[in-house]
This record gives sequence, C-alpha cells and structure tokens, in this order.
Amino acid sequence: MTSVTLTAESITLQIDGKDISCRSGETILQVARENNIDIPTLCFLEGLTVWGGCRLCMVEIAGSPKLHAACATTCAEGMAVSTTSPRLKEYRKMIVEMLFAERNHVCSVCVSNGHCELQNMAVKLEIDHVRFPYRFPRLEVDNSHDYMRLDQNRCILCVRCVRVCGEIEGAHTKDVKGRGVLAAIIHDLDQPWGESQTCTGCGKCVNVCPTGALTQRGTAVGEMTKKTDFLPYLTLMREAKS
Amino acid sequence: MTRTITIDGVTRIEGHAKITIHLDDAGKVRDAQFHVTQFRGFEKFVEGRPLTEMPGIMARICGICPVSHLMAAAKACDDILAVQIPPTADKLRRIMNLAQMVQSHALSFFHLSSPDLLFGMDGDPMRRNIFGLIREHPDFARDGILLRKFGQDVIALLGGKKIHPAWVVPGGVNAPLTEETRDTILKQIPEAIARVDRALDYFHQVEDRYPAEVDAFANFPTLFAGLVTPDGLLEHYDGAMKFVDHNATPVAELSPSNHSHYGSLISEAVENYSYLKFPYFKPHGYPAGIYRVGPLARLIVAERCGTVRADMELGVFRTRLGRAPQSSFHYHWARLIEILYGIEMIQRLLQYPDILNTHIRSRARPNRLEGVGISEAPRGTLIHHYKIDENGLIRWANLIIATGHNNLAMNLGVRQVAERFVDGNKLQEGMLNRVEAVIRCFDPCLSCSTHALGQMPLRIELCASDGEVCDVLQRN
Repeated sequence: MTSVTLTAESITLQIDGKDISCRSGETILQVARENNIDIPTLCFLEGLTVWGGCRLCMVEIAGSPKLHAACATTCAEGMAVSTTSPRLKEYRKMIVEMLFAERNHVCSVCVSNGHCELQNMAVKLEIDHVRFPYRFPRLEVDNSHDYMRLDQNRCILCVRCVRVCGEIEGAHTKDVKGRGVLAAIIHDLDQPWGESQTCTGCGKCVNVCPTGALTQRGTAVGEMTKKTDFLPYLTLMREAKS
Repeated sequence: MTRTITIDGVTRIEGHAKITIHLDDAGKVRDAQFHVTQFRGFEKFVEGRPLTEMPGIMARICGICPVSHLMAAAKACDDILAVQIPPTADKLRRIMNLAQMVQSHALSFFHLSSPDLLFGMDGDPMRRNIFGLIREHPDFARDGILLRKFGQDVIALLGGKKIHPAWVVPGGVNAPLTEETRDTILKQIPEAIARVDRALDYFHQVEDRYPAEVDAFANFPTLFAGLVTPDGLLEHYDGAMKFVDHNATPVAELSPSNHSHYGSLISEAVENYSYLKFPYFKPHGYPAGIYRVGPLARLIVAERCGTVRADMELGVFRTRLGRAPQSSFHYHWARLIEILYGIEMIQRLLQYPDILNTHIRSRARPNRLEGVGISEAPRGTLIHHYKIDENGLIRWANLIIATGHNNLAMNLGVRQVAERFVDGNKLQEGMLNRVEAVIRCFDPCLSCSTHALGQMPLRIELCASDGEVCDVLQRN
C-alpha cells in the first residue's frame, strides 16, 4: 500500500461509506485498491496506460445519474463512491456474459484453463450461465510465430497487448483493426505474426494477456501460466532512470 | 403384412441408439438393424485448432473413456512431433490407460450388464438394474462400484482429476509420479484383485445358465483385431495391430512403425440408417470383412496375457470355451479377465525403479505433417489420424472408434438374437431385453463413436405396413 502524506493537495472522499484520504489526481480505482476495496477489472493493468475499455470497474458516484469507470475517474473532494450495488453487480455480470457470447471461450479445452482472468472473473461474479445467444464466430488461430500464438477465439479486446507492445517494448507491432464485434488484434499491417518485421519476440504481450488469446506455442490444455509481476517493476525502473 | 418393431432407445448402454426389427407376414423376423441416432462431429470442429490442444479436446469426446482418447490423440501428436517419449512417461501413460480400462470394464460388467445375468433376461425390469443389484446383492454391487472407484482413483492420483485429466500431453505427461502416490496405489492393489476374484467366482456359477444366449448372442465366425506386444501378448497402449480369423490364425499385422498404413487394412462404409460408420477389413471387402474388437477379440488375438493371475484365468476360459470362442456373450468373461490383467499390470509398472523419474516429457515442434495414434480403448482398437499445416494447425482428422469396428457384428448380432427370441405375434419385454443385451455385450460407447447424450426411454411399436401402430410397449 502506498503511504499517503496529508498535504494541502490531499483530498477526502467516501468509498462504500468509508472515509478515505488520498492525493489529488489519484483515480478511484487506485484509492480503492490502496484501501483494500475490491473493484473488478479486466483491461486495467498496473504499469500500462489507462484504457477504460472493459467497463467492469464502473462505480456509482452520488449526485451523478450515470456510471463512471473507476480506472479513469480521478477522485474529487467530498465524492461519495459506491463500488457495489445490485445495479453494478448486474451490469458486471452482463458484461462478462457478453464477452463469453461474443467469441469462442471454451474453458475446458483452453490452454489457459485454471489460469485465466476472464474465467476467474466469471467465478467471482457468480456467473453460472450465459443469458445471451453465443455468436460462434469463425475465427482463425495465428500460429505462424516461432514460439507464440494468437487465438482470436479467446480474445476480449482488452488491448493490454497493444499497450505493452507500444508503451513498454516500444515496438508497436500490435494494433486493432475493424470496429465493434469485428475488431481484432493485428500485427503490423495485418500480416501473419511470424512475418512481422517489427516484433522483437519479447513475449510481454503473452504475459499481459488475461486469457488464452496470447500464449506460448506448444502448451497443452491448462498449461499456460502468465507472469505479470514484471510490469510494475519495469515501469518503476524506467521512471527512476528518467 | 410386414411389420416393424422399434426399440428406441436402447437402454443401459453409453449413448443413444435404437433397434428396428422387421417382421414378415407370418410375424417372423426378416431383418434387424442397430441404428446409432446421435451425432458428435469432432472430426470437423477440431479443424483449425493447434496440434498441442488435441489430447485435451479429443478427451471431451467421452466422459466414460476420456483417457482412451487422450492416449490415441497424444500418440498421434507424438507421431507428428516425431519424438520418442521418455520411458517413464510411456509407463505412466500405460498405467493411466489400464486404470481407465479397469473402471470402464467395471462399469460395463457390474452396472450395465450384470443385472441381466443376476436377475435373468426375463427378470422383472423393476429389479433388473443397478438399484436392484444394490438392494438384493449388496456385496456384489459394492465390489463393482469399488473396482470402478479403484480405476478412477488411479486416474485422479496421476492426472489430478477422474474425468478429463489434462496430464497426458504431446511428448509425454506433464507431471511426474510421486513416491507417496505410487505407494497409495500399490496399497489398494490386493483388495482390488480380491474383488475381481469374487466377481469371477460368481461369473463361473452363472455363465452356464445362459446356453441359449451364448448360442445366439452374435455367435458367428468373424475376424478379430487388437494390439499385441512383440511377443504376441495382450497389449493396450502400443503394439502391432493384428487381425486373426475365427480360428485365431493370423491374417494380417501392422507393426507400430506402420500404423499410418491402417488404411491398407481398414476401410469405412456408410449406411443410411446409422450415424455410425461401418469399418471393415479391406482385403475381404464389404460386408464380408466383418471383424470384432474389444476384450474378447484381444484375448483371441493375443497368445496370452502376460501376468500370472490373468493367464491362469485365461487358461480356464480357453479350457471351457476353446481358443477362439465366437459368441459375443463371452465378452463379459473377457472383460473380467482384462480387469484382473489391468490391476496386475498396474502393480508391475509401478514397481519399475525408473517410475519416479522426473524426465517425463520430450519437447519438439511438429516434424511431420501427418500422424496416427493407435491404442486400445476398453471397447477395442482406437485410431486417431491427424493432418496439420506448416503452422501446426489441424487441417483434417479421422477417428475410427472402437464401437465403430464392432458395428457390422452388432448389426448381425441384433438380427441373430431377434430371429432366435422375438415372436412378432406376441411381444414380451424379455424378448426385447435380449436384443438389447447383445448390444451390451459389446459395451458400445455411442457418444464416442459418432461424435450426444440424453435420456433413454424405451418405446417399442409394432407397426402395420401402412404405418398403423398395432401394439406398443413402453418403458420409462
């Protein structure tokens, strides 16, 4: 937990009825986590820029009729935030169910089975079935890279891979093509990964991917585990250097 | 007036099927067919998936015999990787495969078939089931249930869970055996052997009660096929695929290095009344190339088992029935012998000094674009055949499932039993139970074989040639 020094820039707010002090400029998500208040996220990853795409961290703020993404909303003096409510719970479930319905997430035969943030989120949100019809899109697996694999069937478009590739590795091999449900991760100008001239093969994208979309080649069912601890350290060291 | 009796679906089997019995004007059986009415389609939907996922995906074909599909799929992947798996991994895979056979055979014999044998083919259907067994023969039922548990426990101890363990991977297995696990399994062996011994004692007593069934339960000469060791012994994981005739005389053999040429010996026909394909021995043509696989076939193909107790029992079997008994009724006895063999062999494998080695996986990238894996599932020889593209994605798959090999024999068997026992002028439940019981001898796993699940109500209709229903028997 980061210690908070009470200065003139300190502000106070309430999260779930608890009085909390924080530095100005901190996001609701940061402050909540510093105070052991859990807000679910999928696209957020410490060390990468905030994306605000998955909408799982939506919270209620007293006086505002709409919901706010906790990862992208800075705290304000006197703010009263609610991170749990029947409405939020229902929306979060709905979002994850829609992620499952959108592509082909077959946990039982996925290489990330047992080590998947999407799967864990479904368990956490007590999702026992999906109320939406599955789309069953026909999506390809890009197995052209020597030791990494992109399975579009398992991708939730959190773009952690795009961010780590551009922001941390500096390669910007990965990006997104298309819109809406047709959006997809691409390499360079939508080439097979193995033919990319810019990919350094660092593997950071694989480690930050929350699901079985980006994995090591050669892994069998349930064998893929991700190492995400490197990212905050890497970011911290770079900041210290600069 | 010709009529048709339909048994839809067939009960106490694994999967969905129906039987139609066609009667002539005099009410005598003219023909009978066994229809597999479900469709799975694994061959198609694995297309585009990475090779390394295949064992995990293919295991999902079945909840009873997932390990069999794990083995055949992993072997096909090993073939594509062109690797020899470490000797310890080979032994560990064998142990799991045998444990699978023990649990599946126990399910088939005790849970599904033994009610027919204990209560009689014409017994009260309300008693003639596993619950009747538990009520009236609790010790016998307990032995069956605990034998199955033994097999399932071994699978779970090795692979982490009883059903669909992800432990078998291309190139070997993904976790070594611990000393503690080995000792836990070894401790259970004597009790498991005692349970099979009791079941065999019982079987010896009842076997003679069913001469008419022995005589008419798919009792005809066919070829038999199964894997054998280089010494001609019983084999379930890897070995030459051998065909013998009805006298146990060798007809053809495919060495392990030639498994990819299985197409020279086996071809598949289709019929418009079943989703299950009809494999046949190619050199003899269709349908003359009828052959059987499974426990009985394996005991006919093999010279002997290779373990002490199983060989003693096989001696009794052959003394009483001859070298190559043709009636499929004897599948039951063969199944019990294989349970005994399986337990003994698990014990032997666990006692190898290298069984605890931690080198259990060979790693390689695909080195071939095509691979075949052949192993023995409880029901018989299982063939997985894959083709991949240069990126290691599956582009084509062909599965020949054990139940498929027996399809021609099951159809002929159904007809033989119907001709012998069914009187179209007066339907009786026991007649039709025999028609189902012949299918149970083969222990078909239909969910595996066509790539569906569901309830199995039994409804038998007698229909006039104009479709008018003359008589109906219904069982829920």
